[in-house]
Amino acid sequence: MAQPENLLYSKEHEWVQIDGDIATVGITEYAQSSLGDIVYVELPKIGAHVAQFGNAGVVESVKAVSDLFTPVGGEIIEVNAELDGNPALVNREPFAGGWMFKIRLSDASETAGLLSPSAYEQLVAEEAH
Amino acid sequence: MTVVSVPVKRTALYDEHRALGARLIPFGGFEMPVQYSSILKEHEAVRRRAGLFDLSHMGQFVLEGEGVAEWADRLTVNNVATIKPMQARYNIFTNAGGGARDDVIFYRLENRWLLVVNASNADKMWKHLSGSAGDSAVNLTNLHGRCALIAIQGPQALAMLAPHADANLSALKYYFCAEASVYGRAAVIARTGYTGEDGFEIFVDGEHAAEIWRALLADNRVAGLEPCGLGSRDVLRLEAGMPLYGHELAEDITPLQAGLGWAVKFGKPEFLGKEALLAQQEADDFRRVAGIVMAGRAPAREGYRVFLGDRDVGEVRSGSMAPSVGNRNVATALVEPEAAVVGTPVAVEIRGTKHAAAVVALPFYKRS
Repeated sequence: MAQPENLLYSKEHEWVQIDGDIATVGITEYAQSSLGDIVYVELPKIGAHVAQFGNAGVVESVKAVSDLFTPVGGEIIEVNAELDGNPALVNREPFAGGWMFKIRLSDASETAGLLSPSAYEQLVAEEAH
Repeated sequence: MTVVSVPVKRTALYDEHRALGARLIPFGGFEMPVQYSSILKEHEAVRRRAGLFDLSHMGQFVLEGEGVAEWADRLTVNNVATIKPMQARYNIFTNAGGGARDDVIFYRLENRWLLVVNASNADKMWKHLSGSAGDSAVNLTNLHGRCALIAIQGPQALAMLAPHADANLSALKYYFCAEASVYGRAAVIARTGYTGEDGFEIFVDGEHAAEIWRALLADNRVAGLEPCGLGSRDVLRLEAGMPLYGHELAEDITPLQAGLGWAVKFGKPEFLGKEALLAQQEADDFRRVAGIVMAGRAPAREGYRVFLGDRDVGEVRSGSMAPSVGNRNVATALVEPEAAVVGTPVAVEIRGTKHAAAVVALPFYKRS
């Protein structure tokens, strides 16, 4: 499966879209498919400061509770309120309507520690076997 | 690092699960499907149409001999001797303290009994039963892993199975069974289940399981029969208020605590754990299983603490989002008696925050 080209990825299966000093974060197609039906998403509070790869919430499927990590550090400036009443949006549109939160980057150089689309695709291919 | 390899067994339907794209997990010593498509879709199929389950991981023992009923009555809380031929009955094997060794179903056939035990308890139960048979006129045979068990569950189960079985299934009462053939293969068909819906459980020889599974799916796929995994099964049974061993029942959780007092027959002259259970009932101060509905969207999960005001009164034993309870988050919790009263406002601690919940009567869901 090809990964969207305009994004960077974490080893924990989050994606991040960088737009200037604002990053949008979500979980990948592979992550939502592995989790199964998502029934609850707990997102960070607006204004909260989170460190790169730090805990930023929880994604729960029918059977499992999974931590949500942030691929980049900074201040949370927006969360996807839609997910509160419609968590299944993450299953349907993980790269679009199912985005999780926006963060103001504290250190743009942190993106160097993330995976390119091809590197992430390789990680997924390895995990799937 | 030491890698301890535990051999994982496969049921006779393993290749079918693979072909259907199931996600497989180890459960009760077997590699079992947790889901094929989606837990919620499979759940909906069972509530609205029907679902097909592989339950071949469950322990199946054959009990034969004159002494079966008398022997089993001394080891269990419910009546065994009064089970009629071709009738099934839920029961619980106890320990001396009244705790549950396992919860089971006895099926009385014409010349033998079939006992179905939980997969996770199959080895323990085999030791317990073979060790306590002693001089009784009882012969035990362990079919675990050899015989298959296929369940078809849901409002359409009768219509889907009846044309392929040479028994009058519509006349078969709940918790009764028939020795019949399914697609021409010898089987025991029982009107039992673990979903809260009408349905049947089909015991067949392992070598015929795949052809029956495939035929049922092929003949009923258009009518909406879905293969269903253990994930949906767990949600279905929780909604229907049915206990799952290791959660609502355990060696240290008695049938009385689990709310299964209806199955405890104190009128029996004796059974293992009877004195302990009588004392527990007399004292009436024990922690018990209560149904809980969360007010908010955060699901309650096994192990979360339950509070009455500031006081920790127990813990969640099972929890899930419940599609048949308006998508609310429901749970069972083992709590102090005063927190088990229907209507009591309680709180469940989720990641350090208390979330409002209310105690409700079980089951959460009852078919109309």
